[in-house]
Amino acid sequence: MTRAPRHAAGHPAPPARAGRVRVLAATASTAKYLSLALASLVVLIPLVVVLFASLKTHAEYNTTGPLTPPANWFNFHNFATAWTAGDMLRGFWNTTFILVVSLTGTVLIGTLAAYAISRFVFPLKRLILGLFLVAALVPGVTTQVATYQIVKSMGLVNTSWSAIVLFMGTDIVSIYIFIQFMQSIPQSLDQAAMIDGAGRFTIYRKVILPLMKPAIATVVIIKGIAVYNEFYIPFLYLRSPELSVISTALFRFKGPYGAQWETIAACTMIVIVPTVVIFLLLQRFIYNGITAGATK
Amino acid sequence: MTRPVVATRPAVAAGRARRKIPHSPWLYVAPALILLVTFTYVPVGNMIWYSFHKWDGLDVTMDPVGLDNYVRVFTDEQYWRVFLISLYYFVASFAQIAIALYFAVVLSFNVRFKNLFKGILFFPYLLNGVAVGFVFLYLFQPDGTLDTLLRVAGLGEHTHLWLGDPDIANISLAGTSVWRFTGLNFVLFLGAIQSIPGEIYEAAEIDGANRWHQFRHIIVPGIRRIISLSFILAISGSLSVFEIPFIMTGGANGTRTFVVQAYQTAFQFRQIGLASAMAVVLLLIVLLITWVQRRVLPDEEVTLS
Repeated sequence: MTRAPRHAAGHPAPPARAGRVRVLAATASTAKYLSLALASLVVLIPLVVVLFASLKTHAEYNTTGPLTPPANWFNFHNFATAWTAGDMLRGFWNTTFILVVSLTGTVLIGTLAAYAISRFVFPLKRLILGLFLVAALVPGVTTQVATYQIVKSMGLVNTSWSAIVLFMGTDIVSIYIFIQFMQSIPQSLDQAAMIDGAGRFTIYRKVILPLMKPAIATVVIIKGIAVYNEFYIPFLYLRSPELSVISTALFRFKGPYGAQWETIAACTMIVIVPTVVIFLLLQRFIYNGITAGATK
Repeated sequence: MTRPVVATRPAVAAGRARRKIPHSPWLYVAPALILLVTFTYVPVGNMIWYSFHKWDGLDVTMDPVGLDNYVRVFTDEQYWRVFLISLYYFVASFAQIAIALYFAVVLSFNVRFKNLFKGILFFPYLLNGVAVGFVFLYLFQPDGTLDTLLRVAGLGEHTHLWLGDPDIANISLAGTSVWRFTGLNFVLFLGAIQSIPGEIYEAAEIDGANRWHQFRHIIVPGIRRIISLSFILAISGSLSVFEIPFIMTGGANGTRTFVVQAYQTAFQFRQIGLASAMAVVLLLIVLLITWVQRRVLPDEEVTLS
């Protein structure tokens, strides 16, 4: 709305034209805000109605429409039911364990590989890079039929390690981010350390790794989101209820609680809330991470 | 992100000559390489092998059946029909890209509450797939949110069995997919637009270019690569749709996608050979598309050595 006068000022147009330009600009501006508001509603309404449902009592749920807010905003009864029935604490614990171990693994394995690739000269380096590149093109969902047989033969099915090795082993994007970033660290730093008598591994640990922090943060964020939200791998490999991660714990509600939407809604909110919190805390880093991860 | 300027490499040769332990680089790449081979290349190899056999995944013997599995994938309607289902998601991805592009352009100029809108539009992409599935199951219920909203808007006669009617179910699911993934395209476009230097717009404005001209002649060419990349990803993405239909309908009412069918064939009906043939076909299509992409859009040189 502040734009119209500025535009008009730039062009000393006859009064009638300036007026029309102003009206046009105002209309465009209104349309812009309307479209933004509409899109926000489309994003938020599906989530808000689930929040409403999660706070209603069973009787209230059956008698009120989905758009009606709950009578009591502090009725956390469904959350308590969902938390215990879904064994959500275990779900969060399992997810956290898998998340921490596979992220640590990804960072270590990825930075080590990137270090070798960007700092050493050795035969077959091109081939190895090519192997990583081609692997990035293979969608994970397609190969699970055969991967399952391998994980099974290793005796890892129905242990958290199946998910952990798969999350560590299928990640090519992070190696790329590490290589890209490592190339921007001047080699003269390595050489200076080398002259001081540092070995290759010491250089990796004391020089490279600390400088890699931004890249590590990027990888931890995008990989962390992916692992937290992953459904197919835990669903396939972590069948027994004690191994549930939050995705599969939530999915289990589908059968027995089919008619109790207020409980399902509460459990859905339990899964969504940590994402909201993390997003609000780390917004800027998440945008940057996603952009870096996708375009590299 | 600011990064240190890439240094030219003086005295590299001297540094290397001093401390060259011939085999040590392999120790650094070994963990990554072992995982890569074990969980990507060996499975792909096995999958091709399985696809020429009839096997239930448990038997010690596999019966070689030649191309039978492939013949079945292409002739049995149950199997080739799943390709048609991908078309729904593919068409939906055009809407997704258009919406994302529109909002990315709008939000890269001065807008009030810019960060709020940016956050709202992007947020669905971060949500858990199962949670999204449940949120939309709830939305699409008979007399659920969507029906209620339509009635409030006076469009009561347009209510449907959103997930129960085979004519509509795929559209509902594809809509869910648009809701979930638009934010990703949006943020990628936004990032690309912001990398266009601001002076270009200023210069254009002085020359009298309006917003549409700026969009047409500055923004679109400036982010052409990421737009085309989005289209390529849309193709392989729509071929490998799994979570949304699996969670929301379990493949019922004609919503079975390629991966849902492959999953059921392999893990419920234990026809590993047939499922592998499906996966090989899917993999070949994806590789073909990627190859075409590389030909059409040669990578701006990203040196990796």
